[in-house]
Amino acid sequence: MTTPQTQTPAPTSTGPTDDILVVDHLGKTYGDHQVLGDINFTVRSGEFLCIVGPSGAGKTTLLQCLSGLIEPTSGSVALRGQKVTEPPAEMAIVFQDYSRSLMPWLSVLDNVALPLRSAKTSKAERIDKAMAALIEVGLKDHVQKYPWQLSGGMQQRVAIARALAYAPAIVLMDEPFASVDAQTRADLEDLTLTIKNHLGVTIMLVTHDIDEAVYLADRVLVLGQKPTQVVDLIETHLGTNRDQITTKATPEFTELRSRVYQEIRHGDIPSSTGSVTASTAPSAY
Amino acid sequence: MKRLKSFAWEIWLPIVLIIAWLVLSAGSKSFYFPSLGSILQKTQEVWFFNGIVENLLPSLVRILAGFLLAVLFGVVVGTLLGLLPRFEGAIRPLLEFLRSTPGVALLPIAVIFLGIGDGMKIFMIALASMWPILLNTIDGVRSVEPVLLDVARSYRLTLADRIRFIYIPHAAPQIFAGARLSLAIAAVVMVVTELIGSPGGIGYFILDSQRSFKILDMWSGIVMLGVLGFLLNLGFRLVEARVLAWHHLKNA
Repeated sequence: MTTPQTQTPAPTSTGPTDDILVVDHLGKTYGDHQVLGDINFTVRSGEFLCIVGPSGAGKTTLLQCLSGLIEPTSGSVALRGQKVTEPPAEMAIVFQDYSRSLMPWLSVLDNVALPLRSAKTSKAERIDKAMAALIEVGLKDHVQKYPWQLSGGMQQRVAIARALAYAPAIVLMDEPFASVDAQTRADLEDLTLTIKNHLGVTIMLVTHDIDEAVYLADRVLVLGQKPTQVVDLIETHLGTNRDQITTKATPEFTELRSRVYQEIRHGDIPSSTGSVTASTAPSAY
Repeated sequence: MKRLKSFAWEIWLPIVLIIAWLVLSAGSKSFYFPSLGSILQKTQEVWFFNGIVENLLPSLVRILAGFLLAVLFGVVVGTLLGLLPRFEGAIRPLLEFLRSTPGVALLPIAVIFLGIGDGMKIFMIALASMWPILLNTIDGVRSVEPVLLDVARSYRLTLADRIRFIYIPHAAPQIFAGARLSLAIAAVVMVVTELIGSPGGIGYFILDSQRSFKILDMWSGIVMLGVLGFLLNLGFRLVEARVLAWHHLKNA
């Protein structure tokens, strides 16, 4: 059994061709309430990075800073070397609450096609791109329905299709599967992995679910309590083809999960990660 | 079948009332309250179709022009004020004051500046009926789901697209609720302005008949006024059903 390699969270050290997003000494303070401490990490081009942290750790605030929706108090975020000051054209966001992030007055197809208006493309082209994205997420037969006529899982697929149709270099997902049932959640996780492998898009997903983070990620970024700091950045080495049953049963998976759990609970890297074995590992919940 | 049933449910009471009126007023000797039968007969004589061209069409044109102006102004200005909450807060007391002033109180002033022609009438209809649309549009635009605005920002939608695809559709149910109220006000103001105006129009016809002691003609005018109101409301409901199809379906 190999011990997963710990990557020290250092910014801007690797080459610019590999790093798509560089987060440099990012901090956010509301009044005298410090939400984000001093956050440094980079996202590699084409990777699946999961950000996991306890509830109330400022994960959503972090994501809003990264996407340019709110301005950080200190530090900076750079997408492909460009400082992020407003939402970049190369970035798409999947919001947590599908029931509020889709327009109830537009059909599924029109919801997905709407963001493409900003790219000044023709209507036929917008419809084509939207259809392609909807086929990718398996909603070919529901394009003329209204989103609220679909199940929760299907609505989140619409939101994912909307992000894909936008053809971004990086997709940010904010607890995207938090409000669907367990089976749907597993399906959406696998769909997201398939899409990532198929389209080669960089994905950054925020979650409070340790299993989900380890299962999906190439690297897991562990956050601590407020003011939020990066506790650890872990390579998962779980391979490209993952499966809800077999991957989650591997000793590597169990060890990673235990390690992340301990780091979140103690807000620190445990002194000897090797001492935690599969049998004594606490449940992730 | 279901639609037929609900239609029957809507129509039974008016039918019963009309029959009751017909029966109870039959053979009426009163000069001021003639029988319904004679009123309907007079209605047919006077209104089909000379009266419709001479008096109903001018009224219809005025109320439609005034009401559409009210919708246009209410939605455009309401959207602007909804998007500028600080500015809206500053002029809110003024809006409340103007809204509480009965529109027809300005009639004498309007007559001085605009005369007694169609221009004054359309202006008065628009002025008095725009308030519900204006205030409902402001509220509707301001209550847009913040997540949707984040979506719009992250996908870099232009302001024009945000207004067209987010603010207006979101506010539409409230705008229609306001417009329904506005239409009723517009009908009242239409009649009032016609009472003091130049010939042509149902309101003028009713007043003129009363002054010439043509009581049957007066009653026929009132009947036609009811018909006009009913048709306007029907048209409004058809438009609403089309535009707000998603909303009715969702809340069904």
